[in-house]
Amino acid sequence: MKPEELKYAKTHEWVHVDSAKNEDGGMATVGISAFAVEALTDLVFLELPEIGKQVAAGDSLGEVESVKAVSDIYSPVTGEVVQVNEELPEALQWLGEDPYGRGWIAKIRLGDASALENLMDHTAYSKLCADEES
Amino acid sequence: MAYIYNTPQDQQAMLEAIGCDSIDALFDSIPESLRLQRPLKLPAAMGEMELTSHLAALSEKNRSPADTLCFLGGGSYDHFIPAVVDYVASRGEFYTSYTPYQPEVSQGNLQAMFEYQTMICELTGMDVSNQSLYDGGSAAVEGVLMSLDVTRRRGRVLVAESVHPEYRQVIDTYFALLETEVVTLPCPAGTLDLNALEAELTDDTACLLLQHPNFFGCLEEVHEIVDKVHAAGSLLVTIIDPVSLGLLERPGDYGADVVVGEGQSLGTPMQYGGPYLGLMACREKFVRRLPGRIAGETRDRRGNQCWVLTLQTREQHIRRDKATSNICTNQGLFALRASVYLAAMGPQGMREVAELCLQKTAYARQRLGDLERLEIAFDRPVFKEFVLRDRENAVEQLCADAEEAGIFAGVPLGRWYPDLSDCLLVAVTEKRTRPEIERLVDFVSVQAPCGVTHAE
Amino acid sequence: MRNKHATQLIFELSQNGRKAVALPQIDVPERPVEELIPERFLAKKTLGLPQVAEPEIVRHYANLSTLNMSVDTHFYPLGSCTMKYNPKRNERLASLRGIVDVHPYQSERSLQGLLQIFFELQEMLGEISGLDAVSLQPAAGAHGELTALMVAAAYFRDLGEVRTTVLTPDSAHGTNPASARMCGFDTVTVKSTPAGFVDMEDLKSKLDDSVAVFMITNPNTLGLFESNVAEIADQVHARGGLIYLDGANMNAILGVTRPGDFGADMMHFNPHKTFSGPHGGGGPGAGPIAVSSKLGAFLPVPQVRREEAQSECTYRLDWDQPQSIGRVRSFFGNSGVLVRAYCYLRTHGPDGLREVSENAVLNANYLLSRVKHFLPVPQGDRCMHEFVASAAQCKNERGVSAMDLVKRLLDYGFHAPTVYFPLTVKEAVMIEPTETESKEMLDQFAETLFRVLEEPDDLLHEAPHTTRISRPDEVTAARKPVLRWNPSTEE
Repeated sequence: MKPEELKYAKTHEWVHVDSAKNEDGGMATVGISAFAVEALTDLVFLELPEIGKQVAAGDSLGEVESVKAVSDIYSPVTGEVVQVNEELPEALQWLGEDPYGRGWIAKIRLGDASALENLMDHTAYSKLCADEES
Repeated sequence: MAYIYNTPQDQQAMLEAIGCDSIDALFDSIPESLRLQRPLKLPAAMGEMELTSHLAALSEKNRSPADTLCFLGGGSYDHFIPAVVDYVASRGEFYTSYTPYQPEVSQGNLQAMFEYQTMICELTGMDVSNQSLYDGGSAAVEGVLMSLDVTRRRGRVLVAESVHPEYRQVIDTYFALLETEVVTLPCPAGTLDLNALEAELTDDTACLLLQHPNFFGCLEEVHEIVDKVHAAGSLLVTIIDPVSLGLLERPGDYGADVVVGEGQSLGTPMQYGGPYLGLMACREKFVRRLPGRIAGETRDRRGNQCWVLTLQTREQHIRRDKATSNICTNQGLFALRASVYLAAMGPQGMREVAELCLQKTAYARQRLGDLERLEIAFDRPVFKEFVLRDRENAVEQLCADAEEAGIFAGVPLGRWYPDLSDCLLVAVTEKRTRPEIERLVDFVSVQAPCGVTHAE
Repeated sequence: MRNKHATQLIFELSQNGRKAVALPQIDVPERPVEELIPERFLAKKTLGLPQVAEPEIVRHYANLSTLNMSVDTHFYPLGSCTMKYNPKRNERLASLRGIVDVHPYQSERSLQGLLQIFFELQEMLGEISGLDAVSLQPAAGAHGELTALMVAAAYFRDLGEVRTTVLTPDSAHGTNPASARMCGFDTVTVKSTPAGFVDMEDLKSKLDDSVAVFMITNPNTLGLFESNVAEIADQVHARGGLIYLDGANMNAILGVTRPGDFGADMMHFNPHKTFSGPHGGGGPGAGPIAVSSKLGAFLPVPQVRREEAQSECTYRLDWDQPQSIGRVRSFFGNSGVLVRAYCYLRTHGPDGLREVSENAVLNANYLLSRVKHFLPVPQGDRCMHEFVASAAQCKNERGVSAMDLVKRLLDYGFHAPTVYFPLTVKEAVMIEPTETESKEMLDQFAETLFRVLEEPDDLLHEAPHTTRISRPDEVTAARKPVLRWNPSTEE
């Protein structure tokens, strides 16, 4: 996936919505941005959500840990977790190498699509990252 | 006397460097209205000689197993401590260091921690151990709390009534503020009632907390119990007496999921109940829920094998309100003592200590149980403790009289178990000799019946 | 002289048949083990413990010990941990038979000396805190926090008030929010001002009737006295909440000001810090708590009481407190640590204790006055018993981090200060010299730190250079944890 085509949350998660696959509004693929991966440095552990878990936008979806920091991954959307990237915890380097591809974290069947409206496009998100860096 | 270097000249020079008129002025940020306007009302300072006499006098007001024959147990035991344990633990480089935050100058502590963790794993049959909790009671709580996290069940936890009553009180205190219900299971014949267990194991039960050997010294039917607990999708949290593992099957081998316990028996003096050593070990898959410090092996930048504190994101200084526990300062010194004790004993020594306890306990139990005044309360296999019933129902008096005669005869059970108010818990460690056991037997046998009737 | 050969694991030294103890023969009529314990309970195999001789044990651990820095051997300015000298007399006295060789279930009759010590310690801690009732039970500072929050919860339950929140400053020790959570409270963080104090506006905006407790560290973790503390307490009290004082930094204010006098309702002491208990490579500590009179009834049982008859006093354990939260640990408390604290207090008396704080604060300010010229101290040029410098500028300009600097200090024979805490200061270097160091030592430390800052970046990135190991790979340690020795992994 191209980063330019994704939506972003302020908490540095990305979303890709594939509306064709589901009549309820679509299926969202969620991950964390390259900026977040960079900021976390040397990730050592990832906790995935449970399949079947109902999440609202802003709920914790899992955690990533570096040696001396732990960060929640917040769900950018509302819905049900239907799939998780089972291989990812054993291949954390994918988060750095390919955060928008092999580094995806979960697929969520959208319940209420209105949360999508609060997300940023790539331009707005890039600006947020630039601001945080300075 | 404060342990201070600064002379008045030093102080003056330092104040000048700071640019401050007086030491008092350094406290200017404390508003005058909040200052204490008088000296603290504390006793005047003593020099080392006076303090030594003072403490000696206070110490002499206490009796101890040094002057009184000790059959007290119930979670703290008069085991022998080899001198090598005291020697190692008193080395200032161990004794006056702190948590190994800087691995480069803490490899001694870290390697000792890693060795301790390995020994506890070997002793318990579990995959991973932490680097100590406060004591048996708080370890039991942490074990139960961990089971909630691991199973994601919050409904209830089961606790056998044969678990140390003080540990159960600690659990009650902690759980008073949480939603989870604590259900105490009866132990009418000295061990867990398996029917009650089966009846109370619901699909929202996180764990059973079991002690084996239990508080009464009796062995629990661990195999049957673990099968039932696992069939219900719950965890078995077992409280151990580490000395018993010289003889008994390891909890990891019979299927326990989490092991906790009091490590005082491993080279820590009784010192009126603390500081002691909280043991905790678990299955590998639970390691990220394990509270407390953990040492792990790694390599340094030159490729040398070394050790660091690891998985620190579990801990309060990083995860704060989501930490696995709030523990910070632990019982590292007593973990070190336990390591030295276990190394000194080795497998053969652990077996011998356990067997000495077992044989002496069996002998004392039979001799005391044969007396007219006493009977054995629970007809179950025991390890180093057992319960006696006083047919005269005057346990407190019996113990008081025994103390007069120079014997701590045992721990009366009435304060925790009203049904056992005529009972006494007697512990026999490897230190008790046959003549000492005979002294207790002789003492009881000459006690006149005191005319009180048997408890109903 | 360090023995460079001796770093094998004790398991690697093991040889079948070696042993370090000779236990007595069984002196009672021996019965077959299987007769006493049914076979189903017995171990099927021998324990995998090391088999070593006593001289090997001594050499192994004596050599390991030389790989540690410690207070006995090095300046140890680990901020927030109060690594002061541990008086040797206290060790000797705490090892008297009647103190150390005492069973917790002995009768009160047989423990009058020890109970007297505990009673007097309760009284002394009450006086130092300016609070009314003391429990000696908690096993460490964090355990004291937890116990006090349980006391607070019981108090509000008794009042019939539902209060669900605990406030902690963003500069608080991690134990504060962790303890609050273990009691079932939600935690809300209160911001600090740029000067390092509790932000009053932020506090007011978060204060409502759901707030049970505001946990404050004073002096705070920046080493600053919260001058507004009385006003903070008034605000919290006005909404019916309680003030908890994290007593980690009591070393700054002994006999100068008392938590009870500046508005605290409850607090813990860290006897292993303030009252010089040795830290033992991570513990033990103790965490006695003091509370105001309205909270006394909820303290853990038992309390130690004195009863005065005609000619003499007797001491007893009081279990009769119906409103008590119960017990928070097994047995009475960390007696050994408490006895050392008692010895420390009896050695110092009122004047000595005040001198402790005066010199702790003097030493810290003196070191601050030297360090601030080359390592900025963002929160000003005065402190209490410790101060927090920042390597942020150094990090931005040269890429040299706080960690690089303190790792290099190890080469010069100084233990590192605390780094990256508190979280509110970037590249924090938290320095607590304590009162038991000399001016010469502080000068040497300051000069060394200055010299380190002048050293080439690459040298610092790879420091330390003189220790047996340097910069262990913590990422691998956390990614693929190896938490025990295994013969098979050694190939």
